[in-house]
Amino acid sequence: MSNAANDDTAELVQRLMDGQRAALARAITHIESGASLAPRILGAIQSAVGNARVIGFTGAPGVGKSTLINAVIRELRKRNKSVAVAAVDPSSPISGGAILGDRVRMGEHGSDDGVFIRSISSRGHLGGLSATTAQVIDLMDAAGWDVVVIETVGAGQSEVEIAQIADISVVVCAPGLGDDVQAIKAGILEIADVLVVNKADQPLADQTCKQLVAMLELRHADRREVPVLTTVATSGDGVERLVKVIEQQYQENVEATRVRGPVQRFQYLIANAAGRQLQEQLATSSEKAMHDMCARVSRGELSVDSAARSLLEAMLR
Amino acid sequence: MRPIKVLVTKIGLDGHDRGSRVVAAHLRDAGMEVVYTPPWQQIDAVVKLAMEEDVDVIGLSCLATDHLLVPKLMHALRDGGLAHVKVVVGGIVPDEDEVTLLDAGVSRVFHPGTSLDDITETITDLATLALANDEHP
Ligand SMILES: Nc1nc2c(ncn2[C@@H]2O[C@H](COP(=O)(O)OP(=O)(O)OP(=O)(O)O)[C@@H](O)[C@H]2O)c(=O)[nH]1
Ligand SMILES: [Mg+2]
Repeated sequence: MSNAANDDTAELVQRLMDGQRAALARAITHIESGASLAPRILGAIQSAVGNARVIGFTGAPGVGKSTLINAVIRELRKRNKSVAVAAVDPSSPISGGAILGDRVRMGEHGSDDGVFIRSISSRGHLGGLSATTAQVIDLMDAAGWDVVVIETVGAGQSEVEIAQIADISVVVCAPGLGDDVQAIKAGILEIADVLVVNKADQPLADQTCKQLVAMLELRHADRREVPVLTTVATSGDGVERLVKVIEQQYQENVEATRVRGPVQRFQYLIANAAGRQLQEQLATSSEKAMHDMCARVSRGELSVDSAARSLLEAMLR
Repeated sequence: MRPIKVLVTKIGLDGHDRGSRVVAAHLRDAGMEVVYTPPWQQIDAVVKLAMEEDVDVIGLSCLATDHLLVPKLMHALRDGGLAHVKVVVGGIVPDEDEVTLLDAGVSRVFHPGTSLDDITETITDLATLALANDEHP
């Protein structure tokens, strides 16, 4: 990289840490597009990372995440907290394009300088969506925002990973959606610090709450208790309580949640990225070693787990 | 290279947003990332949004007389340090007003009957420069 580009990067980082929102916005673009100066930006901000509280909101499409975040921002602004939001929107698998619509529901804060909203499309990010999101959180944190809010559609592995990056994960569902509860069963429940049944103005909200509480009881007894709350995001009902509970969970949970410190955080991210790359490689591998393992597993000589372990050991030697 | 990012929005009092929705969907299908807002946006909110989303192009749909507000927006964008963001306007704009808009810094005015492909192509050309500059902070 040229010296001029180095100087420009340093200046961008300086402006970002001075709190200039245009600099934060531009730095996010660099991270999002995997620009060659992205690693340098990230390196330069690490000393300023670690002060923001990070709250993740995850849930099936349409349960009211954006509307709820809008109401939560209102509550946080009453407490004089500045809030940066990263809204991760799925992109069209066909064109790769996307309509980024989450921030429309947060329009109430459209002119408030204490709020920064950025849509992130889930286009083919190098290193995975979770790594990109984690880095965007770092940028917002280093830029001095008190609270960083992440919105993701709770479906795949990357959402679980994003939830793990957050200090507090709020899983949002809506009443009466059987599928929704199913989706929650598939792993998302495990990462919830708080469960919210939104749209509590609709029928069946109580029933959905009871279902969720029953599902939580099936978890290990030594797990921390997960509060189940109801909200009406459109009216703001229950939102003050939600913010209080999030704060409580944070206090009880400071060490246990967001992977603090650059070393742990990056170890986690590198491990995730490595896992993804490895899986891609192995799934399409035509190596003899892989071939042999498949043959041995199919003859019943070896378990899938042991086959994977010996392949890994051979690779990392 | 990253996708082109466009803000499709409406300022002023007119609420007919069918046209801007059709354009937004078309740009998405052309592979762009589109931030779409409802009508009646305030000028300061549009500047803030364009800045935070770091869009390459702003597309404004102007029916009625909303285009008369556009020079004000151009001014606000420059004040906000967003002189590099390209602005296009689509809708019903009389010829004499078109001159005013272009003088104020609008890149292009699309009149009724412009094809969606023409709009996509123009936006692509305008954004290409911004994307080429990506490696510079
Ligand atoms: N009745 C009712 N409707 C709500 C409530 N919260 C949100 N909605 C409506 O539900 C719809 C979806 O809300 P969003 O906030 O966009 O939901 P989302 O989960 O962010 O959706 P995606 O980002 O598309 O996954 C909108 O029409 C909201 O107005 C609520 O508490 N009660
Ligand atoms: Mg949303």
